[in-house]
Amino acid sequence: MNPTSIASKVRSFLTSFVQDDDFEDSDNIFELGLVNSLMAMQLVLFLEKEFQCKFSNEELNLRNFRSVDAIVTLLSSKAA
Amino acid sequence: MQAKASDAPKIKCVVWDLDNTIWDGTLSEGDDPVLNPHILTTLRTLDERGILQSVASRNTFDDAWAMIQEFGIGDFFLYPEIHWESKTGSIARIAKNLNISTDSFAFIDDQPFERDEVRFQMPEVRTFDPTDLPELLADEAFIPRFITDESKLRRLMYQSDAKRNAEEKGFKGPGEAFLQTLDMKLEIRPAETRDLQRAEELTQRTHQLNTTGITYAYEDLSTLLLSPKHRLLVASLTDRYGSYGTIGLVLVELDPAGWDIRLLLMSCRVMSRGVGGAMITFLRNEARRHGTRLFADFKETDRNRMMYITYKFSGFEDRSSDNGVLRMEADLSNIPAYPSYLDLDARFDPLS
Repeated sequence: MNPTSIASKVRSFLTSFVQDDDFEDSDNIFELGLVNSLMAMQLVLFLEKEFQCKFSNEELNLRNFRSVDAIVTLLSSKAA
Repeated sequence: MQAKASDAPKIKCVVWDLDNTIWDGTLSEGDDPVLNPHILTTLRTLDERGILQSVASRNTFDDAWAMIQEFGIGDFFLYPEIHWESKTGSIARIAKNLNISTDSFAFIDDQPFERDEVRFQMPEVRTFDPTDLPELLADEAFIPRFITDESKLRRLMYQSDAKRNAEEKGFKGPGEAFLQTLDMKLEIRPAETRDLQRAEELTQRTHQLNTTGITYAYEDLSTLLLSPKHRLLVASLTDRYGSYGTIGLVLVELDPAGWDIRLLLMSCRVMSRGVGGAMITFLRNEARRHGTRLFADFKETDRNRMMYITYKFSGFEDRSSDNGVLRMEADLSNIPAYPSYLDLDARFDPLS
């Protein structure tokens, strides 16, 4: 799967949760207050299901999920 | 503290057939049904014991439900399955709606065919004939180890859940906006003796959202309550639909080198409410206020990965591993605010 389509799936999941979709792929979604740890958990479960993968204990770190870009990097590194 | 030997689990839900089981007579053949003479006592007693009940009947829903209402027993039944499809499918849906595994289900039906079909597909479900009714209430499997104040309210709590779920499903908009409408209040306070039966019940009913998978017996909890080194906290949640009851338990061991969360668990009924994260945020704030470090034990089971993620996303990092128990430590420098949809009332006194 290419980075653009990963990014668009992640964005559409996030916008179903947050009040606005006015954020950049590089924005820290936690610092913007768009996502709290409860939603982060749902995000993890969504990503594992959508991309048929399982994150290791080391990968389960908020830094890896802090922005659309970070998630794309994480998923691309797993696919590689 | 050791895990208890697991006998056959106690029955948590009884699924009833209607024709010639709850009542004598067959509705669709034009009979005028009469209640089975044992039924009212059985329904009431099971309900008081905190055992949930439902219906799996091959009938037309409107006719059967009208008859149930006429007998005044409709309130006893959660997620009734009344249609012409198989009873195995009905039981599976009831189990899913209640979030209870089918190994703690009993099924009562007068037809050997129905009992056999259920036993064939779901050998873990215990099946009974209505002729067993006079002895049913004395059967060990139907007698919970404890009957707490909350057991008696269990059906009502599930009925509020059903209403809440229906409304959540119909809610259009972001998930968090729905949580804002609930007016949730989370209370965290030191456990007292009267909480221990419910606390034991929670450790034994909760597997998915238990950080160590350890179950504690009443006697263990009672000892911990008196231990100067330990603090046992209970959490309860209410919202505008009613009370969820006591839904969380935390055991903290106080040590000069830091506090250690030995156990943190919560009922899966509040999984999607952010309660675990709020409980951890509270402990982080308290540890920082008292100038101490905060650790947590995590023991992986085949079902509790959600709790590992909860810790990791609440600022905990793995520190060391000993005999399969992971020791984690919390970063106390950057603690998030409580969720805006949750009103917190928390007390904890580590110094007394």
